[in-house]
Amino acid sequence: MSMMEFRSVCKDYRKKTALAGVSFSVAKGSIYGLLGRNGAGKTTLVNMAGNRDFPTSGEVMLDGENVRENDRALRRIYCSGAEELIPTYMRVKDVLSSMKYFYKDMDAEYGLKLCERFGLDPKKKLSQLSTGYRMIAKDIFALASGAEFIFMDEPTLGLDPNHRELLYKVILERFSDTEAAFVISTHQIDECAGLFERCLILKEGRLIADEDSDKLRRSAYVAEGKAADVDAFTAGREVLSRTAVGSLCSACVKGEPQNVPDSIEISQPTLQQLLIALTGGGE
Amino acid sequence: MSANYPSFNDTEPLYIQIAQWLEDKIVTGQLRTDEQIPSTTELSQTLKINPATIRKGVSILVDKGLVYKKRGMGMYVAENANQNVRDDRRVKFYDDFIKPLLSEAQRLGISSEDIIEMLKGGTEK
Repeated sequence: MSMMEFRSVCKDYRKKTALAGVSFSVAKGSIYGLLGRNGAGKTTLVNMAGNRDFPTSGEVMLDGENVRENDRALRRIYCSGAEELIPTYMRVKDVLSSMKYFYKDMDAEYGLKLCERFGLDPKKKLSQLSTGYRMIAKDIFALASGAEFIFMDEPTLGLDPNHRELLYKVILERFSDTEAAFVISTHQIDECAGLFERCLILKEGRLIADEDSDKLRRSAYVAEGKAADVDAFTAGREVLSRTAVGSLCSACVKGEPQNVPDSIEISQPTLQQLLIALTGGGE
Repeated sequence: MSANYPSFNDTEPLYIQIAQWLEDKIVTGQLRTDEQIPSTTELSQTLKINPATIRKGVSILVDKGLVYKKRGMGMYVAENANQNVRDDRRVKFYDDFIKPLLSEAQRLGISSEDIIEMLKGGTEK
C-alpha cells in the first residue's frame, strides 16, 4: 500500500519554529484527522506535503521518494487550503478541466456533478463566489483531483451545517471509491470525529498523538466530584486539565480509571474535550 | 451525524454503538430474518462514520451469529437473530436496567416495596 512519510520535518520561520521535528506516516485507505490549536503547525505541515514550502530540515517521502520538486510524486498528492493559489478570475469549470494537465486521474465530470450537488454554478468565476462557495469549490477540486493523497486544510471553513454534512458524505463516498488517503485538518472536531480512523494531534509544532481515534478517546477519562475528593483521587495521576465550579471539580485524567471511590463519577471525554485537555485547556 | 439518523453518544466506542443500533433494528423487527442489512458503504455515508469503524461494528454481529455473509451480495440477518438478541439482552437486563434503577432508588430513598408498587401500576395501565 502506498505511503507518505514525514521524517523529522522541521520548519523555522524567521521568528518562530512552526514545526519542531514531526515524524509520522499516512497510508492509502485511511482517513486521518489533523488536529491542533491555531498556530500549532497544521497548515505548515500541509504546505510541506504539497511542496508549497520546504522543510528547514527533514523530508517528506512518498513511497521512498522525496517529494521535494518531484513532479512524479507531486502528481499523486493534492493539497487544498485557505490560501488562494488558483487565479480567482478563472471559472470553476475551467479550473476543473485544466487540472487534468497535472493530475492525470482528474475527473472533471465528477467535479461538475459535485457542483450540482452543492448547488454551485460552475460557470462562475472564483472571484464571484461567496466565502462558503469558494471553499466548496476548493473542496470539489480536491475531491475530483484523483490524487492518492488528499490534504484538506479546514475544508469546512464558512460552510453551513447542511453543506458540511454533504461534504462529509462526499468525502466518504470518494474514499470508498478511490481508497485515497485523506488528511483533514479541522476544528469541527465532534462533527468529524466519526470520520477519522486515526488522529494526528499537533501542539506547538510537535506531534503529541498519532493514534487510532477510538483508542485515543479512551486514553483518558473524566473524574467529577467534590474538589477535595477529586484532588485526592487524582493525586499521583496525570491530570490533563482541571475545571472547578464552586466546591465541585472535574478533571480529565490520563490512563484508565482504577480504584474509583464512590464519591467520584467517571465518564468518557468526547474527542473535542480530550483535545482541549491535551492542547492546553480552554484558557 | 446525519439529520435523520441518531447521533451516537460519547460514552461508548462508536463501533459498539453501531452494533447496538443494528441489534435494535433486529429486535424491533425492522430488519427480519434473511433480510439484507445496509452495506458498509451505505452505513458509512449515511451515518458519516469511517467504514473501518462500521466494519468493526458489523463484525460484532457476525461474531454473535446474528448476521451472515452472502458472497458478493452483502450481509443478511441470520435465522433466530431476533431471539438471540432478546436472550442476550435478557441476560444483561439486570445489569443494564435494574442495577441503575436500584442505585437511583437508593439515592432517593425509594424502598423496594415502593418500586414494586410502581412497577405494578405501570404494568396495569
